[in-house]
Amino acid sequence: MSGQTRTIKVGTLARVEGEGALHIKLRGEQVTDVKLSIYEPPRFFEAFLRGRHYSEVPDITARICGICPIAYQMSAIHAIERALGVRVDPAVRLLRRLFYCGEWIESHALHVYMLHAPDFLGYEDAIQMAGNHRALVEQALRLKKIGNRLVQLLGGREIHPISAKVGGFYKNPAPRDLKALADDLKWALDASLQTVKVVSGFEFPEFEQDYEFVALSHADEYPLNEGRLISNRGLNLDAAEYEDHFIEQHVKHSNALHSIIRGRGSYLVGPLARFNLNFDQLPQVAREAANAAGLTPPVQNPFRSIIVRAVELVFACAEALRIVGEYEPPQQARVEPVARAGVGQAITEAPRGILYHRYALDDDGRIVAAKIVPPTSQNQKRIEDDLREFAAQVVAWPVDEAQWKCEQAIRNYDPCISCATHFLRLKIERE
Amino acid sequence: MNSKGQKPRLGVFKFASCDGCQLSLLDAEDELLAVAGQIDIAYFPEASRAMRKGPYDIALVEGSITTHHDAERIQQIRSQAKTLITIGACATAGGIQALRNWQNVNDFIRVVYATPQFISTLNLSTPIGEHVPVDFELRGCPINKYQLIELITATLAGRKPNIPTYSVCLECKRRSNVCVAVAQGTACLGPVTQAGCGALCPAFDRGCFGCYGPMESPNTGSLSDQLRALGRNDAEIARDFRSFNAWAWQFRRASEEAERL
Repeated sequence: MSGQTRTIKVGTLARVEGEGALHIKLRGEQVTDVKLSIYEPPRFFEAFLRGRHYSEVPDITARICGICPIAYQMSAIHAIERALGVRVDPAVRLLRRLFYCGEWIESHALHVYMLHAPDFLGYEDAIQMAGNHRALVEQALRLKKIGNRLVQLLGGREIHPISAKVGGFYKNPAPRDLKALADDLKWALDASLQTVKVVSGFEFPEFEQDYEFVALSHADEYPLNEGRLISNRGLNLDAAEYEDHFIEQHVKHSNALHSIIRGRGSYLVGPLARFNLNFDQLPQVAREAANAAGLTPPVQNPFRSIIVRAVELVFACAEALRIVGEYEPPQQARVEPVARAGVGQAITEAPRGILYHRYALDDDGRIVAAKIVPPTSQNQKRIEDDLREFAAQVVAWPVDEAQWKCEQAIRNYDPCISCATHFLRLKIERE
Repeated sequence: MNSKGQKPRLGVFKFASCDGCQLSLLDAEDELLAVAGQIDIAYFPEASRAMRKGPYDIALVEGSITTHHDAERIQQIRSQAKTLITIGACATAGGIQALRNWQNVNDFIRVVYATPQFISTLNLSTPIGEHVPVDFELRGCPINKYQLIELITATLAGRKPNIPTYSVCLECKRRSNVCVAVAQGTACLGPVTQAGCGALCPAFDRGCFGCYGPMESPNTGSLSDQLRALGRNDAEIARDFRSFNAWAWQFRRASEEAERL
């Protein structure tokens, strides 16, 4: 076998959002090259945002991703508010946090159960899985629906919601409508705790990596909308300093730009990074669930990210329940900003990891320049690095199984390729 | 059942888009397992790694055509599909990425990418209907999942789907919204935009911004006059028509008229 040229191909990587391909080259037992290609066609958001008024930006950037539109709205709104010097009512801040919890619940429930669990249980998809695990899939759908209900209530609809704006919300929810969600959220919290138990019983490959984890960190809370950007290797910076430390590289095999830390290389964003860097900020119920599942930071096996995602589901449900219980409508429904020239940057925690936006505005409040760095383009190089290591483990396996396992390794990252260029075709070539 | 006595086969295909419209199928939480019981979801890469070859009884197509490769791929899909349905503003009108159609795409590439020669793209972002015959165009950015289920059900039953082509104004009245244009002087595209969202924006105290594209025979000239009377200038009116359905000809004409003034 050694020295022989072999090719393993997977036509299309599934259960990810967007279009991409994976190419692994092997010589004997040696992995010689790994390329994660994103062939999702580019859509040029940063270019056509130029000349638009700042008030139009959150509705436009939402269209980058149908899975996490709220993340795009939140990073855009925070960056523009910074450029305009807008400060919002604390109740608005809380509502934004609640809105984001809705997206986390929906997105994590989708990924844990519908996109990732079928790999661990050996099914092609969740619908096939429902044949033997109907109760599990029904639980997933109900959980997902509760996240969507929350988004709908605050934002009008689950995909591309319409209520968030620079300065607040077009309309604030009535307290009684929010309180009416409490029973559903209590069910969702129990279901999430159940989810942690179920997924922690899955089998995980032995695979630990030495990652640089990058996530927001906030003194008082588990990070969503605000915080310093930190890493386990000493980064500690404000959003305004992001571009001094992170650079984007344009590589030939991908329509998504690769992000690296200047002078160091790949890094990891998303649930593992947040959990490892912010464990103490999780509510007690989530910390206990994590401990019972055998998770203590640092978790360095990316396959275990499914458990961490489930722990974050517990967090998001508990946090939503807290906010719903405390909610008092803002004194000032929204702030009407005054246009002025300026630059603003913001980072928020999308379900898949940090999302950076920067906007420069002119005197009339129109966009002069925009920069958007989605979580999947930040993880892209790290996914390649994981696969370079992991492919060596599965090289002797039957082709079909090796392919499937490599796909699973990619899905560890819940990649959203529509965002990053915004699909995955897997090809393993042996030379 | 189809003519071979099998469950009808469904394929879901993606072109340039945000994935949101196909996600609507997974967002139909109460209906998904029932739908999956009635039809064979043969190809749906966002949800399943089982990707089975055509032919398909129904092909749902999301996204617009922006590359040579995609222009060829849609021809193959059409030849495999008994009924081809486009879902959403990208597939039906070119999407937000059609904003490039008024610019030089090479300038756009240089704004976003360091090495422009790595990028292969067409000058225009075009709807599926400009490339192949389409059996039904479902509007919306995003689509309404209940309209999608109605459309699939109607197609399988061989009847006309109940999907209205009147304006958002009718939904607004039915919902008893106060008219934001009349009462608050808010710019609103409701009078020229097709219904489907349930008049969401006016219910949230904001003007409609045209997610469902032009209604049947919209009077865009009259609306432009109204927007001007509310204090919008021509550049703003051009931008109002130029969003997710910018390349739909009625909106395109209205934005170009405003731009010429």
